[in-house]
Amino acid sequence: MDIRLDGVGHYYDDFEVLRDITLDIPQGKIVCIVGPSGCGKSTLLRFIGGLERPTSGKVLQLGDPPTDSLNPLTYIFQDFALLPWRSVADNVSLVLEDHGLAASDAKRIIDDVLTRTNLADFANALPKQLSGGMKQRVAIARALAVNPAVMLMDEPLSALDSQTRELLMDDLIGLWTRAPFTAVYVTHNLNEAVRLGHSIVVLSRRPGQIRDIVHLDKPLADRRFGDPDLEQHQQHLWQLMRDEARAADAELLHV
Amino acid sequence: MSDRPAREVTFRGGGFAPKPVKWVGLIVFVALIAFAEWGTRSGWISALTLPKPSDVLATFGELYQSGLLFKHLSVSLSRLAVGAFFGAAAGIGVGILIGLFSMIRAGLVPLVAAIFPIPKIALLPLFVIWFGIDEGSKYALIAFGTFTPTVVATYGAVDNVDRGLIRMGQSFGLSWLSIVRKIVIPGAMPGILSGLRISLAIAIILLVAAEMLGAEFGIGAYILEAGSLYDLERLFAGVVILSLLGVTVSFVIGLIEKRLLRWRS
Ligand SMILES: Nc1ncnc2c1ncn2[C@@H]1O[C@H](COP(=O)(O)OP(=O)(O)OP(=O)(O)O)[C@@H](O)[C@H]1O
Ligand SMILES: [Mg+2]
Repeated sequence: MDIRLDGVGHYYDDFEVLRDITLDIPQGKIVCIVGPSGCGKSTLLRFIGGLERPTSGKVLQLGDPPTDSLNPLTYIFQDFALLPWRSVADNVSLVLEDHGLAASDAKRIIDDVLTRTNLADFANALPKQLSGGMKQRVAIARALAVNPAVMLMDEPLSALDSQTRELLMDDLIGLWTRAPFTAVYVTHNLNEAVRLGHSIVVLSRRPGQIRDIVHLDKPLADRRFGDPDLEQHQQHLWQLMRDEARAADAELLHV
Repeated sequence: MSDRPAREVTFRGGGFAPKPVKWVGLIVFVALIAFAEWGTRSGWISALTLPKPSDVLATFGELYQSGLLFKHLSVSLSRLAVGAFFGAAAGIGVGILIGLFSMIRAGLVPLVAAIFPIPKIALLPLFVIWFGIDEGSKYALIAFGTFTPTVVATYGAVDNVDRGLIRMGQSFGLSWLSIVRKIVIPGAMPGILSGLRISLAIAIILLVAAEMLGAEFGIGAYILEAGSLYDLERLFAGVVILSLLGVTVSFVIGLIEKRLLRWRS
């Protein structure tokens, strides 16, 4: 299943946030969205996931999601959004409970996703006992459990320290390499964008418009921390964004 | 550098972090009672001002031996249990509805605000007319008095549930009922329980008030009778029972909190 954004624009009252976004998100690819603060990235992601409706334009699904997908459009949140009163396994179980699965099937799915995210030993831990990186791995496991057609990630690594972030990027690349998933990945961090993105969409400052789309052909598994060609892409992206970011930063002061 | 005087940096990060300290509460009680005992024995506090704690204890013993303690206590406890149960259950239910539905909120919040400040004791004669002089009016008084603070605490607690968690539930396509049962109610539980602490203390106050009108048995009746005879020992014995009741209720809620809210960091 692909996703197509067709001329999406949005106003909050008479405050224009997004303008004429047309974009394809092809199956099995990770599309990164970068742009200055407040340009409407999170808003765009909420449109794709159906949590909000744009003022103009359409968000289209091309083709049907796989029949065994329990929740085709699935989010991973910056603040993890785990239920603190449920254990790791029960947090994953939460999103399966409404689908009337047999207990043994649910258990098999939970065991499988916890193993894939190296959390099998922590199934009974409460979120308060976990580090930030582990919490986000639980959220990733929970997303994998519903077998999504498209994963929608809003700065999933921004709340983590840079070492943990590196480790989780490796985890994500590992997961993708074993079973390619489709993802829209919003980030502030250009390094994450060049490590994880098959294409990188650069938005302008508010009202967010597409300034450029950068395609990276190098396979995800071959991208390494500090690769010179990735550095070069990162430089290029920063050139694109720099003036926008500065203008956006100054603009916020006048609001 | 080295020839300058070296001083340790002054520590100023202490305080503002309550920790559980065992036994201090008990010591305060014991010290106060010992002080009263000493004062009344030495005649420094006259017998009309305060009864001797040891006499109160003796009265308490008599009450226990005559079997009346159990009689009064069982009657009072069942009134408290029935009244507080219905009041708290209705309060939690209505509070959750107010938290979830804008129409109900708009309709009921002003009403609750209007009945909250009414001293429910003032309505006792009205309850007697509506529900009869027997148990009905007592249940109603306690239930009504427990209801309003529970409603206010509950809808406040529902309002404070992390919106991000609710969004998460929606984004995974959870049903409305699942979101309420698995996210909203557990998330509101800390606020509901701390509201119950207050509501149940109010319930005890109203229990006594209710029993002061037309009750043969019950701690309130016992205290009222002792008071009208100026029998300070028995009056104090009754008051001690009430305090013990309050401490017990608060202890039980503490246990429930410990069990239900283990997840809190
Ligand atoms: N529900 C809302 N009502 C009104 N304005 C909103 C709402 N949500 C977002 N906005 C505004 O829309 C603009 C875009 O918000 P959005 O959160 O999508 O930006 P963003 O690109 O994700 O920013 P950041 O990089 O800081 O996360 C911001 O100026 C924000 O203040
Ligand atoms: Mg955002």
